[in-house]
Amino acid sequence: MLGDQRNNSDLFWEPSCSLEVLQLRAQVYASIRAFFKSRCVLEVETPLLSLASGTEPTIQFFETHDQRGLKQHRLFLQTSPEFAMKRLLAASSGSIFQLAKAFRQGEVGRFHNPEFTLLEWYRIGFDLDALMDETADLLVVLLPSLANQKARKLPYKTVFKDAVGVDPLSASVTDFSAAADRFELPDAKSICGQDRSTWLDFLFSCVVQPVLVNIPLAMIYDYPACQASLARLKRNDKTVCERFEVFVKGIELGNGFFELSDSVEQSDRFDREIAHRQHGGLPAAVKDQRLIAALEKGLPHCSGIAIGMDRLLMLRAGVDDISEVLSFGFGRA
Amino acid sequence: MASYSTNEFKGGLKIMLDNDPCSIIENEFVKPGKGQAFSRVKIRNLKTGRVIERTFKSSESVEAADVVEIEMQFLYHDGEFWHFMVPDTFEQYSAGETALGDAKIWLKDQDVCTVTLWNDQPLSVTPPNFVELTITETDPGLKGDTSGGGGKPATLETGAVVRVPLFVQIGELIKVDTRKGEYVGRSKE
Repeated sequence: MLGDQRNNSDLFWEPSCSLEVLQLRAQVYASIRAFFKSRCVLEVETPLLSLASGTEPTIQFFETHDQRGLKQHRLFLQTSPEFAMKRLLAASSGSIFQLAKAFRQGEVGRFHNPEFTLLEWYRIGFDLDALMDETADLLVVLLPSLANQKARKLPYKTVFKDAVGVDPLSASVTDFSAAADRFELPDAKSICGQDRSTWLDFLFSCVVQPVLVNIPLAMIYDYPACQASLARLKRNDKTVCERFEVFVKGIELGNGFFELSDSVEQSDRFDREIAHRQHGGLPAAVKDQRLIAALEKGLPHCSGIAIGMDRLLMLRAGVDDISEVLSFGFGRA
Repeated sequence: MASYSTNEFKGGLKIMLDNDPCSIIENEFVKPGKGQAFSRVKIRNLKTGRVIERTFKSSESVEAADVVEIEMQFLYHDGEFWHFMVPDTFEQYSAGETALGDAKIWLKDQDVCTVTLWNDQPLSVTPPNFVELTITETDPGLKGDTSGGGGKPATLETGAVVRVPLFVQIGELIKVDTRKGEYVGRSKE
């Protein structure tokens, strides 16, 4: 399906996936709804278009506008349903899930489509460990290849150190750079510079992830604090945060957080990211003041995770290009 | 100067890398969910033919290489240079030994080859997949042996040496696959 990314594909009107995969998707969605129904988690729907945007410098939003008389409002296609779902949680919705479209500009590849489907859910009262267990329960239902497999929970620090040979939390940029030389990654230095977080992303993608291919179901937890995103820092160890990622055979499927509920810290993180975007010349983000207001009112203790449904279907169907699980991949949309 | 963003990378795209013209073989978009995006790219250096793997920061821009592939007819070899002509325009190009590489042992006058030009200079020459050449030297085969089992080396008019079946003799025209350097069959003329 590589032809999908070429410009001369205008004439392909047919779906980019097989009819079997269309049916498989419907089946998987039915299983997800049954799973959450049995656990009393409510299915919800939130707007795809919002007046506020995500702020992360590494995630680019699509923007449009709404014309009302002479006034134009910027509007954003959501990069994840997280903010709106948290506002529901703050409004006492209880545990909720959603199968939602999300949009991220420039993400096109074998595992990426700019418009994709997330399964996102939040569990009131769950800590990260409980959410990891539930995630494993669900994945075993959805992926027959995981039957009888136990999830391996591994701290980020351990997998990183085992694969790369340096401690991700305490190593210096010079140590990272020496590791990149050992693994013959000549471009690392110019790409990562002095930025620790980029070094971690780079070495994780190039060195750690290939090792995870041998693990059927891995949950990597205790991410470094500089990669906290919307997770809390760990209470007894501020060098790491309450975030985990789930990998099936090395393929990143999802990202879970013990959710940050401190409105002041959240607002600070937004501001830092907005400044970072400005500094990098990226389109200006619009801070979600409604989320901050909801956090001020009070987010119940909860953990939440988003799973990439298209990648999950790739695993289920055994195909290796995301367009083969989409009715119409990006090149045919 | 023209340039490409990593978002435009795809197989066949020609870019400049470390001052050498290169061709992209494969581009893999890599991005941790919450992290920095990269393009991991398999690239062929068009000067050396070597394949290397490189990583770019996503949306970084890279200088385009002015590389085109043109079908040309081989005219003659003057001892130092190989001369080619574009049939439609009669434009002529001369290529040195480095650009010819392995192609030189297959070329016969009139053959149509693919010449890769970089900044309008021949960078490499790809011979036709099949060429027909006359055998100038080979051991006489045993009489009556038509099985072709085993084979023997034969030198062709261009100097190339290929293994041929025992029954094939000096002066015969044979068809050779230049990609593998293998005898395909006797040529019917």
